Amino acid sequence: MPALCAAPAAPLAATNRMAAPMASSSSRALAGARVCVPQRQQQRRAASMRVAAVASPVKQAAGKPGKAAAISPEEAAMLYSDMYLGREFEDMCAQMYYRGKMFGFVHLYSGQEAVSTGVIKACLRKNDFISSTYRDHVHALSKGVSARKVMAELFGKKTGVSRGQGGSMHMFDREHGLLGGYAFIGEGIPIGLGAAFQVAYSQRVLGNESDDRVSVNFFGDGTCNVGQFYESLNMATLYKLPCIFVVENNKWAIGMNHPRATAPSSVGDNEPWIYKKGPAFGMPGVHVDGMDVMKVREVAMEAVQRARRGEGPTLIEAETYRFRGHSLADPDELRRKEEKDHYAARDPIPQFAKFMVANGLATESDIKALEAKVKEEVEDCVDYAENSPKPDMSQLLENVFADPKGFGIGPDGRYRYENPGFTAGTAEVS
Amino acid sequence: MQRLGALLRRSQGDAVLAPQLLRTYATTQMTIRDALNSAMDEEMARDETVFVMGEEVAEYQGAYKITRGLLQKYGPKRVRDTPITEAGFTGIGVGAAFQGLRPIVEFMTFNFSMQAMDQIINSAAKHHYMSSGAITCPIVFRGANGAAAGVAAQHSQCFAAWYSSVPGLKVLAPYDAEDTRGLLKASIRDPDPVVFLENEILYGESFPVDQAVLDKDFVLPIGKAKVMRSGTDVTLIGFGKMVGYNLKAAELLEQEGISCEVVNLRSLKPLDREGIAQSIRKTHRVVSVEEGWPQCGIGSEIVSIAVEECFDDLDAPPERVTGAEVPMPYAANLEAAALPTTDHILAAVKRVMGK
Repeated sequence: MPALCAAPAAPLAATNRMAAPMASSSSRALAGARVCVPQRQQQRRAASMRVAAVASPVKQAAGKPGKAAAISPEEAAMLYSDMYLGREFEDMCAQMYYRGKMFGFVHLYSGQEAVSTGVIKACLRKNDFISSTYRDHVHALSKGVSARKVMAELFGKKTGVSRGQGGSMHMFDREHGLLGGYAFIGEGIPIGLGAAFQVAYSQRVLGNESDDRVSVNFFGDGTCNVGQFYESLNMATLYKLPCIFVVENNKWAIGMNHPRATAPSSVGDNEPWIYKKGPAFGMPGVHVDGMDVMKVREVAMEAVQRARRGEGPTLIEAETYRFRGHSLADPDELRRKEEKDHYAARDPIPQFAKFMVANGLATESDIKALEAKVKEEVEDCVDYAENSPKPDMSQLLENVFADPKGFGIGPDGRYRYENPGFTAGTAEVS
Repeated sequence: MQRLGALLRRSQGDAVLAPQLLRTYATTQMTIRDALNSAMDEEMARDETVFVMGEEVAEYQGAYKITRGLLQKYGPKRVRDTPITEAGFTGIGVGAAFQGLRPIVEFMTFNFSMQAMDQIINSAAKHHYMSSGAITCPIVFRGANGAAAGVAAQHSQCFAAWYSSVPGLKVLAPYDAEDTRGLLKASIRDPDPVVFLENEILYGESFPVDQAVLDKDFVLPIGKAKVMRSGTDVTLIGFGKMVGYNLKAAELLEQEGISCEVVNLRSLKPLDREGIAQSIRKTHRVVSVEEGWPQCGIGSEIVSIAVEECFDDLDAPPERVTGAEVPMPYAANLEAAALPTTDHILAAVKRVMGK
């Protein structure tokens, strides 16, 4: 039985699937899709009981095909808390933005929590790396970055993750392997590859063969048209880097619906599947229901184990949705209500709560206790951020260079080359 | 709420208004947004080879609502939403221009033009020279340049100095609605590649315009600076948003008995060297004001002109007011400290006046 991929999630009703309001040149394709969808829906439902591989299978999934890998009550509670923290934190950000505590561009993650939790919280270690885009608050939280420091950063305070100098889009944390926080989509992907390259170098050149850290890159559907994405896919396979590409396909890049920006990846396809781009670059491509944390976790565990074993990269396409607009300044006029309602009904958090209760992993009151704890934590973050000081003026000119004077000037303030013996190679250069 | 309102107005325009073009000849006030919109609209009506491409320019009505209504009027073949592929779509635009079309390529902000730098410089700017005149590139690259509010290091860079150092590019930076209309129309009709640097904070600001400006053939000359306010004691030189700061500073200095001449560069390449020199020779003192970084900035060029061409006429060393030499910080207090203010201009003027 082939393993690795979870089948695509149940599709939307025909009218919402290709939500492009304009007819234009793709109308014939759209009409074709509308006619086909009912049949495909049936096929998909049957398919969801099987798993279908896109590229050659590597390893059998743990447990029976189609069943989620076993999870303990403790782990389930941890995942639920993490998702709930992501949701509450982002909601609080919206409140704080409208109260003027945060400013500039703020991009919220509400609705996509299952991907962050399922990949990062469930599968990664503290010394693994993640790179993200401007929608990075919840990635940071799942990775273990202090929620207080994230909130303080958003408020522009000195105690923030980047000491107030980065803001919402530029969060960095060395200790937890958070590579950033990039405003330019696609920019973080080669950076994440660099971290994976460093791990591969450590294994293959420096002799640390047991170094099995991985690097995970998060980005959206819009990024899949940026050149840097393709260049990175090629090199990840070429150099067999321990990295994972996670596309959070929420169907919209600001106001561009995914099918309007991206052509189908395979001749004969009606949909611009992103996971199909993986095999074109020699890596497995997987599509997963990004609203179901258990499914994301299963797929991510497989991909992470692959990378840790040194078998190379994987491309994971997680179908998900952002409940809010692109940013808090986006009037969000182009998305239809039916589409929003459809995905609101698939909200990952209540879905997982039901799963836990149905499988005896937690009771209703356990869940309520977890939620109360998270709410308290978020309130505490706001207080911490409120009461933190603003950056000092002296911070303005700090950290432009690691070594402002430059190596050519010695500690005594004179040019190093003036040091007697410098050209003879006998000078002490420290 | 006020802050949010201001941000929304700045970044999105009035989303409540229906997507129609706003051109009311009855009033004499025009926002920069309407100036840009009306200029593009009129040029697209006049010449069917003119088209607009960029991210969110069509259905979203423009990331900053600059292209509002154009999709409805001209259709999706002439107002094209692109994928997020700056290098790719800029290249397509340049190639189309080489073959005689007149694209207007919108960069959401000029920060994203860095992804397309190879196409702008190596293709658009250099081809006429490399082909010895066989290929022309009548393209316009336009978008928001410089600092906005709280958008941090990767969204706040000023690209005036980088682009204006390239031979083969024309670089324009309008200040008010008159500049915007006249210079954008001139850019679209110009046979060379033009980089048109707008300012996001000015999009919602209104300026008075007279009837001549509203004419559909109103074009301003490229390469000529404008004296916004005549004066005798010191020349204040700036472009874009800084012209507004200079005008404000001039008003304040008037009360202290210092008469400032405010020059609006309008054109960064070609720079109006003669116009600048003329003003400096008249007032004998010059202060250059810009938002970008100091080293190798526009101010460096102004100071060079002052020293090379007006040395004997100077009564004081030329001064520059620039942004701080740091990537733009996010925290509000640090961001304010990284940008010039009218106080900085006042201090610089008093220094050159010896007060």
